[in-house]
Amino acid sequence: MTSINVPIIQNILQANDFVAEENRKIFSDHHIFCINIMAAPGAGKTALILKTIELLRGSVRIGVIEGDTASVTIDSDKVVLAGAPAVQVTTAGDCHMDAMMVRKGMEQLPLDELDLVIIENIGNLICPAEWDLGSHSNTLIASIAEGDDKPWKYPNIYRNLNAVVVTKTDLLPYVDFNLEHFSQGVNILNPDVDIFPTSAKTGAGLDLWTDWLLSQIEAASRA
Amino acid sequence: MHELSATRHIFEIVMAQAHLSEADSVDRINLVIGDFSNIVPDCVNVYWKELTKGSICENAEIHFDRRAVVFSCQQCQNTFELQGKLSICPNCGSDQISFLSGDEMLVESIEITKFEENS
Repeated sequence: MTSINVPIIQNILQANDFVAEENRKIFSDHHIFCINIMAAPGAGKTALILKTIELLRGSVRIGVIEGDTASVTIDSDKVVLAGAPAVQVTTAGDCHMDAMMVRKGMEQLPLDELDLVIIENIGNLICPAEWDLGSHSNTLIASIAEGDDKPWKYPNIYRNLNAVVVTKTDLLPYVDFNLEHFSQGVNILNPDVDIFPTSAKTGAGLDLWTDWLLSQIEAASRA
Repeated sequence: MHELSATRHIFEIVMAQAHLSEADSVDRINLVIGDFSNIVPDCVNVYWKELTKGSICENAEIHFDRRAVVFSCQQCQNTFELQGKLSICPNCGSDQISFLSGDEMLVESIEITKFEENS
């Protein structure tokens, strides 16, 4: 009987990262720009997606992969009603999406007919951070009602972001939310990231968000 | 909760290596876990017991080598560990800081037993 120490040194998420790289390549081969939207529950992910579909109707063909912990189709039904193809992916209780779930969703979307795929991740500020899904861009949504301390309290999910959308700015008169303090935390972790204060209710700031999206989509279509 | 899927990945990596090494049992798994990975060792241990029942890993102990989250200041070159939440440089107060390490999620090595040597 012998005891042996076997060195491995392997990333625990290597299998996920491999599938994520494949997903990214599939999107790129179809000239699709893919964003992964992460946020706390109730931050306004679905509302922003619906507004984005409405504002880009006629100019950008959008598909949505909706992640949910249970098999409810509340969000995907809204997206389909708004006129975009949507796929519901159920994580069966898991608190985050992974690259395989996104692959299953992609297989049900008409990729040849799309310019933008939006992944709506599970509402959670901890678990989704570690899992690369194969998107080109990680976008985080933070609502005014959550408070301005979230990048300071949940720094890990605020890393490696390409855009931050601050939602529900119509609530600013009623909530102590210091945008400067919030932005300082975001910029410590992402010095060059774009921050978009928006309100889906009044429409304020949404033009800058869709302009940014259009520039990213155009760059992806040229690639 | 993300410990469940992380533990499944750990199990797959360990079993693949144990098979390659022709192990008869796996006795210890050495992980390197940065604090930014938000992995709770107690959770991993609970899931590990469930997932490995009846396998050559069922008696393996998991050792967690925890790594703090470390940032460095671009103004004064100070390096410092985060204590729970994000902070500006505790030395000079600058917010020009950058992430150095602390998001590791690695299976570093395993310790296995072979009952009989191949002749």
